[in-house]
Amino acid sequence: MLSLGGGGAKSSKPSFVSYITPEEIKSEKEPPKKERHPNLLPGEVVFCSADPILKHTQDDVSQRGIFGTLLCTNFRVSFVSDETPLEETAQHFKNKLYGENDIPLMCVDHIYGVYDEKRKMITGGMLKNKYPSKMIIHCKDLRVFQFCLTFTKEEDARKIFHGIAHHCLEPKSLKCVFAFSYAVSRSPEMQRSQRTVMFDSKEDWAQEMKRTKGNCRIVTENEGFKLSTRLPKYFIIPSSVTDEDLFKFQGKGLPIWCWSHHSGCALFKASTLPVPQEDGVIQRYMERMLDAAAQTHLYSLKIEDLSETLPTVQDIQQSYAKFKQFFLIDNSTDFWVSDVKWFSSVENTGWMDIIRKCLQKAVEVVECLEKENTNILIMEEEGTDLCCVISSLVQIMLDPHYRTLTGFQGLVQKEWVAGCHAFLDRCNHLCQKDKECQSPSPIFLLFLECVWQLVQQHSPAFQFSETYLTVLSDSVHVPVFSTFLFNSAYQRESTLKAESQHPQRGPLNCPAVWDWSVQFDCKAQELFLNPLYADKLKQDKVLRKVPRPKHQRQLSLPSSAFKTPPKKGFFKDETESLKKMLRVKRISRWMASPDSPAANTREFYEAWQRRPLDHHGLLLPWLDGPAVRLWMQRYLRWIPEVQILGGGPVAVTNKMAELLVQVQELRKKLDLKGCLQPEAERVQLQPRPLALARNSLRLSSAFPFASSRNWTFKPVIPTSLLQSLMLTDKLASQEDETTEVISLV
Amino acid sequence: MELLADVALLPGEERIIDKDLIYMCPFNGALKGKVFITNYRLYFRSTDTESTVTLDVPLGNISRIEKMGGASSRGENSYGLDITCKDMRNLRFALKQEGHSRRDLFGEIFKYAFPLSHGQPLFAFLSQEKFEENGWNVYKPMDEYRRQGLPNERWRISFINSNYELCDTYPTILVVPFKATEEDLRRVATFRSRCRIPVLSWIHRDNQAVIMRCSQPLVGMSGKRNKDDERYLDIIREANGTTKLTIYDARPNVNAVANKATGGGYEGDDAYQNAELVFLDIHNIHVMRESLKKLKDIVYPNVEESHWLSSLESTHWLEHIKLVLSGAIQVADKVSSGNSVVVHCSDGWDRTAQLTSLSMLMLDSYFRTFRGFQVLLEKEWIGFGHKFASRIGHGDKNHADQDRSPIFLQFIDCVWQMTKQFPTAFEFNEHFLITVLDHLYSCRFGTFLYNCESVRENYNVRAKTVSLWSLINSSTSIYMNPFYTAESSHVLYPVASMRHLELWVNYYIRWNPRIRHQILSQNCEILSQNCEILSHNCEKLSHNYETLGHNCGILSCI
Repeated sequence: MLSLGGGGAKSSKPSFVSYITPEEIKSEKEPPKKERHPNLLPGEVVFCSADPILKHTQDDVSQRGIFGTLLCTNFRVSFVSDETPLEETAQHFKNKLYGENDIPLMCVDHIYGVYDEKRKMITGGMLKNKYPSKMIIHCKDLRVFQFCLTFTKEEDARKIFHGIAHHCLEPKSLKCVFAFSYAVSRSPEMQRSQRTVMFDSKEDWAQEMKRTKGNCRIVTENEGFKLSTRLPKYFIIPSSVTDEDLFKFQGKGLPIWCWSHHSGCALFKASTLPVPQEDGVIQRYMERMLDAAAQTHLYSLKIEDLSETLPTVQDIQQSYAKFKQFFLIDNSTDFWVSDVKWFSSVENTGWMDIIRKCLQKAVEVVECLEKENTNILIMEEEGTDLCCVISSLVQIMLDPHYRTLTGFQGLVQKEWVAGCHAFLDRCNHLCQKDKECQSPSPIFLLFLECVWQLVQQHSPAFQFSETYLTVLSDSVHVPVFSTFLFNSAYQRESTLKAESQHPQRGPLNCPAVWDWSVQFDCKAQELFLNPLYADKLKQDKVLRKVPRPKHQRQLSLPSSAFKTPPKKGFFKDETESLKKMLRVKRISRWMASPDSPAANTREFYEAWQRRPLDHHGLLLPWLDGPAVRLWMQRYLRWIPEVQILGGGPVAVTNKMAELLVQVQELRKKLDLKGCLQPEAERVQLQPRPLALARNSLRLSSAFPFASSRNWTFKPVIPTSLLQSLMLTDKLASQEDETTEVISLV
Repeated sequence: MELLADVALLPGEERIIDKDLIYMCPFNGALKGKVFITNYRLYFRSTDTESTVTLDVPLGNISRIEKMGGASSRGENSYGLDITCKDMRNLRFALKQEGHSRRDLFGEIFKYAFPLSHGQPLFAFLSQEKFEENGWNVYKPMDEYRRQGLPNERWRISFINSNYELCDTYPTILVVPFKATEEDLRRVATFRSRCRIPVLSWIHRDNQAVIMRCSQPLVGMSGKRNKDDERYLDIIREANGTTKLTIYDARPNVNAVANKATGGGYEGDDAYQNAELVFLDIHNIHVMRESLKKLKDIVYPNVEESHWLSSLESTHWLEHIKLVLSGAIQVADKVSSGNSVVVHCSDGWDRTAQLTSLSMLMLDSYFRTFRGFQVLLEKEWIGFGHKFASRIGHGDKNHADQDRSPIFLQFIDCVWQMTKQFPTAFEFNEHFLITVLDHLYSCRFGTFLYNCESVRENYNVRAKTVSLWSLINSSTSIYMNPFYTAESSHVLYPVASMRHLELWVNYYIRWNPRIRHQILSQNCEILSQNCEILSHNCEKLSHNYETLGHNCGILSCI
């Protein structure tokens, strides 16, 4: 059985044709009239429901479907199948909050209605119109659902359609977000020990500065957000900034400390100030700020205005909007049609290029810190979008601590959550229509994309897996966690405070996304770990027993990094000249770094390349065309046509798990035989053997996602092949053997 | 003292000439150094102390050598040689302009790179290499057919071609339907291009469906029919009770039609009533050659940066890969669902070899093993007469020969794509595939020389040259895939979508040090570390057992 239009035949758009009427179904089945709904979460309420609804299965080309009930609650859109689910289907990776047929309301991206075979996007204004025969839901985690509404009663169909459209698409207020109903009713015992540093206390910041041997000052003046509502409760600035300057421009232009390099120079970020006035107040303020950042560390300072060299927040939004369309596939025909021009389509969205540019910029900053040992100040309008992307990336490349799971989570807390990235507006959780001031944009996703590039290029350097990143990118749209719900630390604190004091409610218990047990059981969480993570210190001991170097973070570029820092007089000169420039040129001009970046970084790159790769040292991304790749797991996991049955990366992971089991069994034997190895000397292979079902070898490449789906065992045969290769030249029609003529017998 | 005297030469290799010159390295700039030429290779080493750059290029890799600039050319390093290689690179050397310094070097390279154009033997015939294993024993047709369960009551071994009388480009041992007589075969041969009649390549153990390969029928403009050919195909269909035999014509429909003009064509509906014909739309050798040329343009010496994906798309290389793979998937799918198939293109030695061998790779896990893959190449490519000599142009100076085409490379690329999608299913690794491709050109081994078995026999290749498999099977560990998991029962269907196809960077862009090359090698490192720990533990364990046994012995004595 070939797929649609196999063998090159023209295939029409598949459309569902039912050969049975709803009455027939009713009489055939007549399910016991009982309320069908999913296992509701604490605080979850059903708004409306309808049945029978036909959900088309994407898994095969026949456009068949299953009947069930469609519901809309204050948390999700849910489809409950009439068929009793097979218990045997191995659910390796079950999300405890929502199943494969559930869509958290925040996760709904677009809703389309099919009216007379035509697909129309549903917006708030169209709600008055009649309901469509088919409703297509595109999700932010790239799932696509198709529900046929024609089998249910007209009244029910209209209700469910309007209900879903209303709750998913209409603007709402923050108070109505499900997290607040959930947090009240949720029993607190679920809270588990949190090892992630949250950066919501003075101690966390002090500890971080101590860890990186930073030498700055912790600001406590913003505890009541009197200084600024756009700054963290606590933050760190150069010591020499005066209290007077601290309050001068509501924290704008303040060099906020991010991280200190072992050489002593540091990374700062700042929001930009308005264009300087004639009186020179702002210039003098800026000069003092730059002086402060430079002098604290006895090095020169480089300024990098990200808004000049990187795409804008709007560019990023537009690019991603185009990009994601290529993964929201309605049917097989569309899939194969889009396969033909796949590479150029992806390229034309510009998304991969934006990823490359961000990584490139991070490399430039890394070079300044690592090779030139200069302080760096990255700037941007608000200082909470691309500044977060670049500073986080720089820290991951330089500091192996951030390549561990908890380290990475701490980094997200530090730079993004405490650092006041406007998650609420950027993710547009409240469906605000006023796009001008809100500017939704997938900045955090862009960061995860960049991290994924690093992970796929240097996987042994990371303790977490790509599955972890994919799940994290999904969790942004699950309205249960406090992590991604607010625009700033101020908003978080004030909202949670106000909601907690609500007379009818108890205290709020809003989990952070890092409390992974809310979503996954322990076994599933094991898939977050990279079995190939090289835990260097321990392995070194076993293999070579070399004395451990004193510093955990190691120098990766001996030739340049050991270079003595420039003498005091030198950087002073540089700061002086900088000051001169300040006076002459407009802010936007002098902030651009004068030298061409590409040529400069090449030398740095090649020096790094020549050294043997140290997974615990400096890590640089490869940026050439073939090296920047598509995050296949995230983008392709729901598309049935691309699933490799019995293959994909999971096959290797499986094999690794097997080997690890072998190693551990041997170790057990050794222990039993009383081989007395000192505890410390034993190999501590970090990961436990993965909880993969080793008996079911034929996992699909989408693993661990979509695992309950039964992928077809038949191969998928591409259609619409030839129209792409429009070879009009002579060659195509030429004979293979030009020199010989076929002998006619 | 000779220049570069420390470089080890192969037994039978002789140094011809050496020279001081400048290698115009596209990645490191102009490098002063020394070069020597042997009857097998060109070897260069830079004399700059900082980082040594070496080149070790078998002369067989060279497709073209040209002189750059003249005695009066101006500009630095404008006088020299430009060498185009078959393995995706160009080498440029600059020499001193005085005294025709390049003349002898050019002459010797020209002579030894293209020995056949100078009446000289290929290096494979001069090599004195010895290996533990004789690679010529890897493939024994009878053993392979027996492994497949042949002959049986429906299929017989025919020796009709033992003197290459039926078909000079086929091997001597053929498997044909039991019901077809030798006379039938002769009559069918008259109706098939170059007498390449449908013969069995592979049989499904359980459902007895077969893959047959052949060349196009000689239908011609007048639409000729041949009762014997029609009956022969029907016998094939009957053999396992298939109701309809599927004929896969690898070509695009239009090309198949056009072939009628030169006497060829395809099986018409009315003549072959119990057969269905499917065109697989794979283009001819010329299209593939041009596509690879375009690919080289975007990856050598510099990788197109800004529009990498769209330039890659414009070469169509991966799109051709997609078509070949998708054809093979259809063949494999048909066979695994119990239907016999016949595969052909025009002559049945290019696209046909790709399709049969790839579908066999999908269907039969034996061919995914280290030895099995060697058997597959020996059988479907070397045995059934893929015209390696014409397609590669071993030792031949006609670089623009229209017969040259990267068909075999394209096949290996398809295999690589499969290994990427099924990283545990193949016993061999990427390095193995690259080694095979390197020696496809090197002329160090006899394995890929000449167009077909009969010619190889004339030149006594098996006796006078060494097989590539001798080298490979004498040091297998470096070619093994550490993730290999033997699994026999499943058919592997790769996904022939551009979403999954990727450029084989480690092969096509391997000369560029600025491009990332690794992925698996990194993992292998970790793995081998783990294995080290494992074996270390094992040692301790066995040592402990010994101590234990020893102690027990002592105890019992007491």
